[in-house]
Amino acid sequence: MAPNSIHWFRKGLRLHDNPALREAVKGAGTVRCVYFLDPWFAGSSNVGVNRWRFLLQCLEDLDASLRKLNSRLFVIRGQPANVFPRLFKEWKISRLTFEYDSEPFGKERDAAIKKLAMEAGVEVIVKISHTLYDLDKIIELNGAQPPLTYKRFQTLISRLDPPEMPVETLSDSFMGRCVTPISEDHGDKYGVPSLEELGFDIEGLPTAVWPGGETEALTRIERHLERKAWVANFERPRMNANSLLASPTGLSPYLRFGCLSCRLFYFKLTDLYRKVKKNSSPPLSLYGQLLWREWRGNPICVRIPWDRNMEALAKWAEAKTGFPWIDAIMTQLRQEGWIHHLARHAVACFLTRGDLWISWEEGMKVFEELLLDADWSVNAGSWMWLSCSSFFQQFFHCYCPVGFGRRTDPNGDFIRRYLPILRGFPAKYIYDPWNAPESVQAAAKCIIGVHYPKPMVHHAEASRLNIERMKQIYQQLSRYRGLGLLASVPSTNGNGNGGMMAYSPGEQQPGTNNNNNNSHCESTQSSSAAQQQQRLQPPQQPPQQQQQQQHGRSNRHSHHSVCVCRLDTR
Amino acid sequence: MKGEEGGDSSPGNSSPEVCKKVRTQNTEDSEAGVASEFLDSDWARLPQELLLHIFQYLPLLDRAYASQVCRGWNQAFHMPELWRCFEFELNQPASSYLKATHPDLIKQIIKRHSNHLQYVSFKVDSSTESAEAACDILSQLVNCSLKTLGLISTARPSFMEVPKSHFISALTVVFVNSKSLSSLKIDDTPVDDPSLKVLVANNSDTLKLLKMSSCPHVSPAGILCVADQCHGLRELALNYHLLSDELLLALSSEKHVHLEHLRIDVVSENPGQHFHTIKKSSWDAMVRHSPKFNLVMYFFLYEDEFGPFFNDEIPVTHLYFGRSVSKEVLGRVGLHCPRLVELVVCANGLRPLDEELIRIAKHCNQLSAIGLGECEVSCSAFVEFVKMCGRRLSQLSIMEEVLIPDHKYSLDEIHWEVSKHLGRVWFPDMMPTW
Repeated sequence: MAPNSIHWFRKGLRLHDNPALREAVKGAGTVRCVYFLDPWFAGSSNVGVNRWRFLLQCLEDLDASLRKLNSRLFVIRGQPANVFPRLFKEWKISRLTFEYDSEPFGKERDAAIKKLAMEAGVEVIVKISHTLYDLDKIIELNGAQPPLTYKRFQTLISRLDPPEMPVETLSDSFMGRCVTPISEDHGDKYGVPSLEELGFDIEGLPTAVWPGGETEALTRIERHLERKAWVANFERPRMNANSLLASPTGLSPYLRFGCLSCRLFYFKLTDLYRKVKKNSSPPLSLYGQLLWREWRGNPICVRIPWDRNMEALAKWAEAKTGFPWIDAIMTQLRQEGWIHHLARHAVACFLTRGDLWISWEEGMKVFEELLLDADWSVNAGSWMWLSCSSFFQQFFHCYCPVGFGRRTDPNGDFIRRYLPILRGFPAKYIYDPWNAPESVQAAAKCIIGVHYPKPMVHHAEASRLNIERMKQIYQQLSRYRGLGLLASVPSTNGNGNGGMMAYSPGEQQPGTNNNNNNSHCESTQSSSAAQQQQRLQPPQQPPQQQQQQQHGRSNRHSHHSVCVCRLDTR
Repeated sequence: MKGEEGGDSSPGNSSPEVCKKVRTQNTEDSEAGVASEFLDSDWARLPQELLLHIFQYLPLLDRAYASQVCRGWNQAFHMPELWRCFEFELNQPASSYLKATHPDLIKQIIKRHSNHLQYVSFKVDSSTESAEAACDILSQLVNCSLKTLGLISTARPSFMEVPKSHFISALTVVFVNSKSLSSLKIDDTPVDDPSLKVLVANNSDTLKLLKMSSCPHVSPAGILCVADQCHGLRELALNYHLLSDELLLALSSEKHVHLEHLRIDVVSENPGQHFHTIKKSSWDAMVRHSPKFNLVMYFFLYEDEFGPFFNDEIPVTHLYFGRSVSKEVLGRVGLHCPRLVELVVCANGLRPLDEELIRIAKHCNQLSAIGLGECEVSCSAFVEFVKMCGRRLSQLSIMEEVLIPDHKYSLDEIHWEVSKHLGRVWFPDMMPTW
């Protein structure tokens, strides 16, 4: 009896390079492609309208492509764990396929579904195609430990075989005898909902700067590669004012939703490089964007005593910090769903170690809501990195909320575009309008403190305070007693300690244990007698220590009770 | 376990574990023998010195559990040696993710152990309540003879929000009672000149370390008083506006010990601020008096405020530029900072720092650490720089974007060249392409 299959779309919203989908079709009698959507969550979830719209466009695109193969997409309202048993019975399913999801939340969900499937006698086939490499293999290669640093990750990658080639796009011929039974009322039962149906008010919503879908993705990748070869000759493009704007060749949201296969991108990039550079071997740096999203390194998270300040967080999230560079970026993020990666660095730094000293986890949540390409792990990892909560990373470079923007876009066009209220300011003052003389403000029809907020922090003072704090924290952790800033961060390059050792009289006498409950990320058994090699271990401490540790979802503080609902988990 | 229960019932889990820890250390007996002996064992008669030693390995919470086991252990818990050091953590749930020291514990400490305390610090979050709580505790440390006191703001400087008089009077209690303060950290507090006088009047013989960056109510005269009287001062941290020629001369006077470490923060309050200059002769006096001293300077200035700096030789050893600094200033650094050990530059304009780096390599022979953020250097110049510095560069933290490939080197080639000259594997620092 030819099996009846379900292919379960979560990410991987494409028909090209989709090995799991092919497994669903291969030798099957019927195939149904499903996507789960829980509409009740749309309004209350921590996911903004841009991400929903992008997703719905992806689903429409899938549906359209499947129609060409005499199939359809089945959008199911509800949760997989609740609905699958019914579907298994109703459709007499004996095979379930899906793409492997390495996100912590995804793994949990899939384990539960696998169990359900087993109980129902359904064969489950899982294929890796969201990442270039099998991440478990990498961990194995690293001695059963995830690589702690990105550098280490790159080294491991270079020892692996190249990624597998993308598989062929699902076609009529491959479908063969496999059919999809479609009812008359398919549209009503299983059609892709609209934004309004999900509870969004779309009045005045501008058209999407980033239209979702596989078709759009495949068009973009061609444009992207043309541009790369023509413009940069594969050199790293210099950051300029234009880079800040959304590009019609930008690919990150499409990679994140899986409209574009990373393997396809990888191989096309490689081919093009070889063609242009006459068959030379591409360097690892060529794949920078692709590799960063693979690194599930679980970097050691340093516990930093962040400030809890909802008011300040809100100002940052709502683009009311009084720093035009920061506010313009956050405005673009909210309006369009994408910002340049250096812009991300700028606002992330401002929120955390640069100025506001607010927890990176708060920033991560805001990005999750607004950013189209925020894969959970990448988002968390990047935030941890940027806030310098990631142990092996230098923290000295601070992005100035005035200077950095000014150097990137001296004329200030980016500011004027997203903060029209500041249009009247000349380039000289547009990054720090509070320093403009009253006459200039009046001429610009924008009085600072009235029409646009005053700066919420004094940057110089905040930087002074914060760099000192970071240094103290790191020195405590790395047990470095010297004066060097750089040497406070332990290096895995074996750089050793630089700087001169300072005599610190009156420091805590070793041997007497004063610490009650807050040691940063170390074992609490500290004593002079036990001068163990205090190499930090990935957080595995007794329960009372777990305040702010791994970015594992299940380890969030209890007071972060926000249900962060994700689109692809239905 | 025999022995008297002390006070409340034991919370349970930890004490058997503690026993287990001790037991495995002492296991000489055979298993059979131990069973019966265990109940009758020497636990209750374990000498206090041993208990103390063991307790020192335990974090406070576990020690507290252990103290509930019996009177003997309870007594041990309260031995003075275990209460020399304490860090009060004062946090409000609304403003911090961290736990706070339990108020009952604080009460106990003040009641039973305040005269044992010697090394004390207060970590407060950004709420005024926490800072006020710290001041309240300080005010009660009347029969304390502290050697170390640290007031640390973990987030925003909340001590500045406390009414000044409240803060000063609390601090004065400690100054007057301690009489043997060796180390004092009061950065970002409203300490003022009169309170420094009190400090000096009572602790001039013992004071070795004073950290008071960003204390806006102190004047140059106030700090000068400290330098004049506290001849044992070895470490000092303050803001540039407190630095004066007189201060440096006082620190270099014959009566004064060698200074080990002077940390100066140069912070711009308003754009276009004018900073005074320090005479070269004052710096020279410092170096003559304390040839090995470290001068650590952190700059947070606008580019056009550097006029008064680096025009003459200055004995700075660790230099940090927290904002953009111009090529010209870096050029002057190369000429006038022969003792430079570490240089960290957050940002510069977008013109290559080739000449400036080479000059630094040439003149700053002690340089062993360099960090470059948002700057640009051509690959060739960078390789030249590393070649000139050689293996003394133990810290080389260069953002990948800093290095501009040229006709001689590409990015991939450069890490080999640099590694060669450094004698170890080296890569630039990476920023994620998010």
